[in-house]
Amino acid sequence: MSIGHTLLALLESGPRHGYDLKRAFDEKFGHDRPLHYGQVYSTMSRLLKNGLVEVDGIEAGGGPDRKRYAITEAGITDVATWLTQPEKPEPYLQSTLYTKVVIALLTGRSAAALLDTQRAEHLRLMRVLTDRKRRGDLADQLICDHALFHLEADLRWLELTSTRLDRLAAEVRP
Amino acid sequence: MIPEGSLLIAEDLHKTYAHTPALAGACFSIHPGEVVAVLGPSGSGKSTLLHCLAGIVQPDAGRVRYAGRDLTALSDAERSALRRTDFGFVFQFGQLVPELSCTENVALPLRLAGIRRKAAEQVAMEWLERLEVADSGSKRPGEISGGQGQRVAVARALVTSPRVVFADEPTGALDSYSGERVMELLTEAARSSNAAVVLVTHETRVAAYSDREIVVRDGRTRDPDHSL
Ligand SMILES: Nc1ncnc2c1ncn2[C@@H]1O[C@H](COP(=O)(O)OP(=O)(O)O)[C@@H](O)[C@H]1O
Ligand SMILES: [Mg+2]
Repeated sequence: MSIGHTLLALLESGPRHGYDLKRAFDEKFGHDRPLHYGQVYSTMSRLLKNGLVEVDGIEAGGGPDRKRYAITEAGITDVATWLTQPEKPEPYLQSTLYTKVVIALLTGRSAAALLDTQRAEHLRLMRVLTDRKRRGDLADQLICDHALFHLEADLRWLELTSTRLDRLAAEVRP
Repeated sequence: MIPEGSLLIAEDLHKTYAHTPALAGACFSIHPGEVVAVLGPSGSGKSTLLHCLAGIVQPDAGRVRYAGRDLTALSDAERSALRRTDFGFVFQFGQLVPELSCTENVALPLRLAGIRRKAAEQVAMEWLERLEVADSGSKRPGEISGGQGQRVAVARALVTSPRVVFADEPTGALDSYSGERVMELLTEAARSSNAAVVLVTHETRVAAYSDREIVVRDGRTRDPDHSL
């Protein structure tokens, strides 16, 4: 996730202090991973240096997160550009699981058992997310669904691979 | 070997249709109130396992025990009586009687159990409400959507307070959103009435509504927690 662009975008509705930005970020996007103050501070100084934000005021008392930030014209343009550009799709070509399957076949261990264990582990996580989804609000549902669809894709691959182990074994073994 | 406190247990089931082996050593157990998913590719024997567990199909070998009784040793009449009183069923589609209204469909198992029409329909309407399809009560199955139909089917499966609900691909004909809603309602309703659910599915997102899964492959079961 691009923290810089996200914090920048949060400033479009009006100037905020660093701690206020952190709170807004955590509330909307920090579900599992709240920001550290250090991250906010370093990100804001970078945005400041690049002219994407400016200091709009400083609270009495001083200190790094007493600054109030406002987005600049350049900052608004930067957010707009970020939203227009598509994210690079994950290629998913480097798979530890695939490697493990091949190694198991090469070393005469059970690839089927490995796939079974992995399926159980994936399903365990899917249960946790499904449970969280049924108790959560729309934001929770969308975040969990995103993860669930990816896990489901992994499981389809596991299933397909487990039906092709004999062929794969014949190909990878010298 | 037999898990403590199980309600329904199958040991080493075998079943061959003509020359097709459908089950070749399937084991299963479920506790009261538990939701167990039966996963596996198409043709692996999931439905045959469900039919054996529910006493619809007699296995060639192996035993099914329900609440301490040997299902495979009962007469056909005894087994179908047991199915009516203790089991509920949800299939992929086609289980509702097209000529009856949805309320009448849900009331049907109660009517068969000898309950008077008015009382049966009263209870049926309460179940339709729980499954958020109260509006469909006076309609016929052909006049409602697939998702609504499956909720009516869930209501009908649960109306007799069964101890086990057998669901075979209950969301198989639905889009993923209405399928998940059906799963949510089915598992909630089953949990609140302490009914166990045997959930046959090939979809992992549906299986994620269970407490535990077993995998069937080529007629044999593997319990992932005991596979290594
Ligand atoms: N009534 C039947 N007559 C003949 N073959 C059957 C019958 N029911 C199932 N089979 C066969 O048994 C195997 C297992 O089928 P089934 O239990 O329906 O699998 P699943 O539900 O996992 O798709 C398949 O090869 C299927 O063709
Ligand atoms: Mg089937």
